[in-house]
Amino acid sequence: MRIAVIGCGAVGSLFAANLSLLDDVEVWAFDLNELHMAAINRDGLRLSGAGDVSGRPRATANAAELPACDFGIVATKAMHTESAIASTAHAFADGCVATVQNGIGNEETLARHVERVIRGTTFPAGKLLEPGHVQWDVKGDTTLGPYDERTPFAEVERLADACTRAGMPAHAVEDARGPQWRKVIFNASTNPIGALTGLTHGRVCERPDLRALVSGLVDEGKAVAAAQGIELDADPEELIDHAAQPEVAYDHKASMLQDVEARRQTEIDYLNGGIARFGRENGVPTPLNEAIWALIKGMEASWTQS
Amino acid sequence: MTKVVVAGAGAIGSLLAAHLARVADVTVLTRREEHAAALRRDGLRVSGRGDFTAELGATADPAELPADAGLAILACKGTDLEPLAARLGGRLAGATVMTIQNGLGAEEVVAGHGDWPLLSAVTFMSGTRHGDAHVEYVLDTATWIGPYRGTSEAEARRVAELIEAGGLKAEAFPDLRPAQWSKLVFNATVNGVAALTGLPHDFHFAQTGQLSDLGGLVRDLVDEGKAVAAAAGVALHDDPWEMNVLATQRGHRHFPSMLEDVEARRPTELELINGSLVREAQRLGVPVPLQTAVYRLVKAREASYSE
Repeated sequence: MRIAVIGCGAVGSLFAANLSLLDDVEVWAFDLNELHMAAINRDGLRLSGAGDVSGRPRATANAAELPACDFGIVATKAMHTESAIASTAHAFADGCVATVQNGIGNEETLARHVERVIRGTTFPAGKLLEPGHVQWDVKGDTTLGPYDERTPFAEVERLADACTRAGMPAHAVEDARGPQWRKVIFNASTNPIGALTGLTHGRVCERPDLRALVSGLVDEGKAVAAAQGIELDADPEELIDHAAQPEVAYDHKASMLQDVEARRQTEIDYLNGGIARFGRENGVPTPLNEAIWALIKGMEASWTQS
Repeated sequence: MTKVVVAGAGAIGSLLAAHLARVADVTVLTRREEHAAALRRDGLRVSGRGDFTAELGATADPAELPADAGLAILACKGTDLEPLAARLGGRLAGATVMTIQNGLGAEEVVAGHGDWPLLSAVTFMSGTRHGDAHVEYVLDTATWIGPYRGTSEAEARRVAELIEAGGLKAEAFPDLRPAQWSKLVFNATVNGVAALTGLPHDFHFAQTGQLSDLGGLVRDLVDEGKAVAAAAGVALHDDPWEMNVLATQRGHRHFPSMLEDVEARRPTELELINGSLVREAQRLGVPVPLQTAVYRLVKAREASYSE
């Protein structure tokens, strides 16, 4: 079996390094970060932290070098999905492409370029320390499901099985929208609030007025999910309160807060923006998500001024 | 000559004091003694739309204010009004007192510290302080004045005429609330959005082509504010959305004070502006989810200063 990881930042590297340990899988890593790719080819791909792994995927920054693959795992930031799949689709003419990205709308983008798409949601996290070396912060599960009837369920199971054997537990389910929407609603209701206020997750949650705003955002997201017949696998509110505990993520600065502090473009279009777009399509009003979307877009616009 | 006290010498106070000093006997009340000393020594220079230096009296001690002043303008920031009014308690017995703060509620704060006749004002002019004794006159838009307690439109007109004689723009109204509410809705919206996004008041605030464009949010926030005004029985003097569009077309990028405050990690005028709008909405039973969200977000932003 041949698997190509498209977008080899922190999360992509976790998949690439672990999967490359399997004897029956040939792993390719594709990313535009040439230093990272060269380091992987020279020294291998090292993970440290939650797990210590030295993997040996083949790495390239040149999409044309990718051979025909059975599976793709797309792990770019959501705003790069279109360009990533446009340049690599040739490798998946007979394969399936899974997204393990944040947000909603990535599957639709992939489906414009490849036939068989797998919807995925993943919870492991890490960060790129230096070329060839990724810190593995959190272990976590991955849920995979067919995007539509063109994707055989047996293929979804085959990919989930490979991930699980490689130490990245994955479940194949018929409808993977539940976990996806739970994560999106969680992220959309908390990350931008941290980014706009500068507060950590715990401090957002301990201010009753702000926590109520978070719930307002959650409620809109739930209504949009419900209108599509999506059953959330758990209540995002529980995830939010769980994360607010001191020993979990009280002091955690949301990745979006880290993004805005570094003035990096955020994934807001695929979080609150995704909820708002699907809300419009399903006749569900999402005024708070639209407001937060516009505020973060305004913040991004302020960096290119002055 | 009329004796006028201008209490608070930020940009607005400085502009009023310098211009009024050409037609009245002005004493400025500052918070810091060195600020008063600089004004006494150097006078107060105006640049930008004006170019002159005014001679005026200045003190940091309320006891040294002229007891026979006929007019006192309280021109401090809203966050400083309560302590300022307290310092003036029992003084300026013959003066009419005029507030000029953003938002709602300044008059009530002052009324709690003395039984002076009161005038309300809102100002649309702007300036930039370049030091204790130098202010740049930037936007030459008007100051609007109306009666509040124990005063009449005629008295508002006399003060407006005095300000005009000094070279600034001013207009009197029989009831200031329509103008005050127009500015309240405008400020709550524009200042809040600017403080959260870091954008000065520029073209983004009027852009409405796409779902995520900021102008759509600005318009929705204005609509909520209009609904509160209507429930309060106030017929707005200007449409805050049109005020917004007009201001973004002036071609210069205005940095609202709330944006400057959060960037400098100072307390903002949030409570007087957004807080009073949201509380009025609650009292009148008007749902304002978006204004409430902006209010809570800026309030939390202030809380983050200690992180």
